[in-house]
Amino acid sequence: MKEEDRIEEHSPMEKFLRMDRIPHIWCPGCGIGTVVTSFTEALRKSQLDLDKVAVVSGIGCTGRVAGYVKLDSFHSTHGRAIPFATGLKLANPDLKVVVFSGDGDIAGIGGNHLIHAARRNMDLVVICVNNFNYAMTGGQVAATTPIQANLSTAPYGNFEYPFNLPYLVDACGATYVARWTALHLRRVTKSIQEALGKKGFSFIEVITPCVTLYARRNRLGDGLNLMKYYHEKSEIQHGADTRTLAIDFQGKFIVGKFIDKEKPTYLECMNTHLQKALGEKYVPYGVRP
Amino acid sequence: MKKVKADPKGVLTGSHYLDGDFAIAEGALAVGCRFFAGYPITPSTETAERFAERIPFVGGIFIQMEDEIASITALIGASWAGQKPMTVTSGPGFSLMMENIGLACMMETPLVIANVQRGGPSTGLPTLVGQGDMMQVKWGSHGDFRIIALSPDSPQECFDLTIKAFNLSEIYRVPVFVMTDECVGHMHEKVVIPPADQIEVVERKWYEGPKDKYLPYKPDKDLVPFMIKAGDGYRFHTTGLTHDERGYPVINAECQDWVVRHLVDKIDKNADKIIEYQEDQTEGADAVVISYGITSRVATKAIQEARKSGLKVGTMRLITVWPFPEKRIKELAKKVKAFVIPELNLGQIRLEVERCAFGLAPAIGVPHCGGWVHDPDDILKAIKEAVR
Repeated sequence: MKEEDRIEEHSPMEKFLRMDRIPHIWCPGCGIGTVVTSFTEALRKSQLDLDKVAVVSGIGCTGRVAGYVKLDSFHSTHGRAIPFATGLKLANPDLKVVVFSGDGDIAGIGGNHLIHAARRNMDLVVICVNNFNYAMTGGQVAATTPIQANLSTAPYGNFEYPFNLPYLVDACGATYVARWTALHLRRVTKSIQEALGKKGFSFIEVITPCVTLYARRNRLGDGLNLMKYYHEKSEIQHGADTRTLAIDFQGKFIVGKFIDKEKPTYLECMNTHLQKALGEKYVPYGVRP
Repeated sequence: MKKVKADPKGVLTGSHYLDGDFAIAEGALAVGCRFFAGYPITPSTETAERFAERIPFVGGIFIQMEDEIASITALIGASWAGQKPMTVTSGPGFSLMMENIGLACMMETPLVIANVQRGGPSTGLPTLVGQGDMMQVKWGSHGDFRIIALSPDSPQECFDLTIKAFNLSEIYRVPVFVMTDECVGHMHEKVVIPPADQIEVVERKWYEGPKDKYLPYKPDKDLVPFMIKAGDGYRFHTTGLTHDERGYPVINAECQDWVVRHLVDKIDKNADKIIEYQEDQTEGADAVVISYGITSRVATKAIQEARKSGLKVGTMRLITVWPFPEKRIKELAKKVKAFVIPELNLGQIRLEVERCAFGLAPAIGVPHCGGWVHDPDDILKAIKEAVR
């Protein structure tokens, strides 16, 4: 074959990933890469101008996502991805801002920011990868760890009640709430695509296997075993009452799209309200002429 | 350094009777700050209130965040989207901000924080004056880094130095602090706001070269890297991790050495351009009183009394506190019998003067825990001891 006839091999993800940073740091069997793939697929399908999409991560395994996506990407401090994203979004409302981080980051240390961003209906897409533990630091108990699960700082099993994240953000006013697992690749993609396509606070929880720590410590097998668990024990119930979404250790759990509603965003509320209160003297912000 | 004219929309030209907190908000609006994220805390809240009241008529964002951690972090995001952002706080809120002040330094992000100091530690004296955060502003976040801190002594200077703070933060891509105090913050005085075309505004050092060649952390000749903003198609990455010129994480000692020295050198090697102080009668003085903020106003009374009784007393008022005017203090140390440093803490800047004096002249402190200003007699006593 002549040199000019050779077809150059390209990864289909090249357009979306910083290939000069690959290979990534995630363990074999980890589910974060799967969620990144779904995210890039959703970006491709959404046909958004990638120059106007920004990703903000916090700290932790999922916090590393910002480093791999070929977008304006910010790797902030532990728990603070949401306020960072809030500043970014409000400072340039033309941006589509995605927070991509883990359960410990978003719901543990950053829980206060999560509830307030949902309350304000800040126009953000939050992808929360939930692996039930603090993995980057070696597998400690988290605010999402099911009761009984064993982790290095719960060496005799966890006895704290975990968060039911969809219920939490629903109660705070989120306008889009879904939960999937790393098994539900197409559905994760679809949810991210839907969230990217709408305004308001969107929250997508994706339950993923942490093979190295959570699974090993709890003798749950490898990635395949966890996929089997998701397959056998997850049940799709769109529109389910978010109060019913608690997750028991290796028990049945509900996935699906629970909330998809319209409500004015923070900026829309600000402009509408101040226009009403101040009349023509008000200088609208972030509104295209 | 590209200078532009102030946007007249934000400039309340005229002669006003304002307190220091309000003057900070007016300085911010005058220099083009259109993004304020903050959390209420005494005695700084009036700045946030003033901004909230004024911004709807200027066009911009005021958002009351859920805490000070969120406030400072939102500023970093806003700055990377091209805004000149600001927040204001006091001791407890300042402590909460420390981690992300480090992030702002590491990401080389321009932003301004005003700290209206009250008595600490902890909740301390919410409504009463202190100057106890002068070392915290320099060292409060973990690791080695440099910031710039200014100290106004009047509402007029709150206005002027807030403008200067924004300009310095844009020039050096660094957080700049307006370290005022409860007394100056709540003191009402005449504040003259000049016409917009007389206000100096420095434009951020925007990168204009080819997109694929952009490196967010490649130092320019003045050691400050060029900046771009989110949404302009650069698809850049920035992180709080130790990083290379591309902004990519590199976790080893060599890169750590490169990045930390860069953050420090950027300010240290430009210190002469940054430092500003006001001297009076230091030539031939036996003692020099070094002070800042409200304490310099109180010291004036003691200095007048001392001069009346024939003592040769000079003054040096710090306008820039960090970086510290080391060279000038060393020069003075060769000539004076002693320095006198009154401050509303137990000697934070006194120790710094002692360090810079290299043992050539003693640094006599006039410590005070805050809650009220010094009795000028205490400063006078220290001056008399200094000239002996």
